[in-house]
Amino acid sequence: MRTRFQQGLDELREKLLRMGGLAEQAVERACRAYLDRDLSRCQMVLEGETLINACEREIDEIAFDLLAMQQPMAGDLRFILAVTKINADLERVGDQAVNIAERVIDMVSLPAVELPVDIARMAAAVGAMVRRALESFIDGKAELAQAVLEMDNVVDRMRDEAFMVLVKTMNERPELTRQALDALLVARNLERVADHATNIAEDVIFWVRGADVRHNVPQDQEAHPQTLPASESH
Amino acid sequence: MGVGIQVENLNAWYGSTQALHDIRLKMEANRATALIGPSGCGKSTFIRCLNRMHETTPGARVEGKVHIGELDAYDGISPTQLRRRVGMVFQKPNPFPTMSIFDNVAAGLKLNGYRDKKQLDSIVERSLQQSALWDEVKDAIHKKSGASLSGGQQQRLCIARALAVEPEVLLMDEPCSALDPISTGKIEELIFQLKEQYTIVIVTHNMQQAARVAEYTGFFLLGRMVEYDKTEKIFTNPSDKRTEDYITGRFG
Repeated sequence: MRTRFQQGLDELREKLLRMGGLAEQAVERACRAYLDRDLSRCQMVLEGETLINACEREIDEIAFDLLAMQQPMAGDLRFILAVTKINADLERVGDQAVNIAERVIDMVSLPAVELPVDIARMAAAVGAMVRRALESFIDGKAELAQAVLEMDNVVDRMRDEAFMVLVKTMNERPELTRQALDALLVARNLERVADHATNIAEDVIFWVRGADVRHNVPQDQEAHPQTLPASESH
Repeated sequence: MGVGIQVENLNAWYGSTQALHDIRLKMEANRATALIGPSGCGKSTFIRCLNRMHETTPGARVEGKVHIGELDAYDGISPTQLRRRVGMVFQKPNPFPTMSIFDNVAAGLKLNGYRDKKQLDSIVERSLQQSALWDEVKDAIHKKSGASLSGGQQQRLCIARALAVEPEVLLMDEPCSALDPISTGKIEELIFQLKEQYTIVIVTHNMQQAARVAEYTGFFLLGRMVEYDKTEKIFTNPSDKRTEDYITGRFG
């Protein structure tokens, strides 16, 4: 066994999980801040971003060292590549949480109004996607990751619906335009978070199965050379 | 030009100990195939069966079929004739120490009856050029002995010696394990170029080397070939867990 290498892989996994926890928490706080018009939670999201960015740098550094010093192969190589990509996605999730928090800061200065859009429902769906994507990484479960991919369409539809009803609101009640625009941008930010969760799930599938499922491109069925053997697998 | 190699149900023994079990594979012409696996797994025995060197060990025997192109390696051809078509380079460079560089390369040709000096000159130069040694030794090929060269140069001299008789297949048994990284890089570059004219089978313990030079890789374990596939598949997503465990260092 390569003890030092294994320790490096374990460290990478732990750091990524910690970062995942921070990113998930940031989105949850930002959504709660939007729903409750809560500036203190916005502040927590903005402060948390620094921590997420520090995690991103740390994870990249460990991954870079492992690639340079340990020459990982096969599943280990796929794991490290997946971690570096998930790392970038989690950092972007943190950025989207900050964007939502900034919308809330803008929105709180305006009168509270009822809008015909269910941001809470969308936030719950997106939160579940992020959580499941991270769970699929923890357990190395490609089936769970696959389920995340299927949820993306649901969130896309929610975003489209939000767009339609909010544009209608802006046309019919121009005095609510700023609030409607804030809600529209929050819906868009949440949809982006869902996209990052989808990317994470795709990276988990790549790590576990060695299959590239990005952009719905079918896998090359001729991965095995035809002229080759007939060798026994004992 | 290189030719393909087809091996069917190859079994090999040292006395009563079976070293290879039922190996079957096809190696493509003008490609490099790397064989990897832990010490004692049978990969060197396997390539020694391809040019009938295995049977030179007392008590050793072979069963099964080996075809080098259309030729049946074990039927209708002498081991010496076969080895003209299937050259071999060993782990430790083994030039004839007292012979000049020229005589080292020409040794196989002279054994095969070549006497024409012009022809010998031309083949020696071509072989040294193919093994990327010519530029370094061209002014001293008659003056310097094989032993006076550095380890990396000696190995390229041995490659030139193997190429001089114009084989179709070149077997390499850990050709870089005694060399420094610069010499290793030169040999690897050479392997890449030689593929245009020869079929190459390389045994290596260095998995990065297998990944760098070979289109196909076979993983041997306990005398059996566990997996054989495109090199990128073996090193990124092997099908067999034993291959994965070996290449990721979790073996055993």
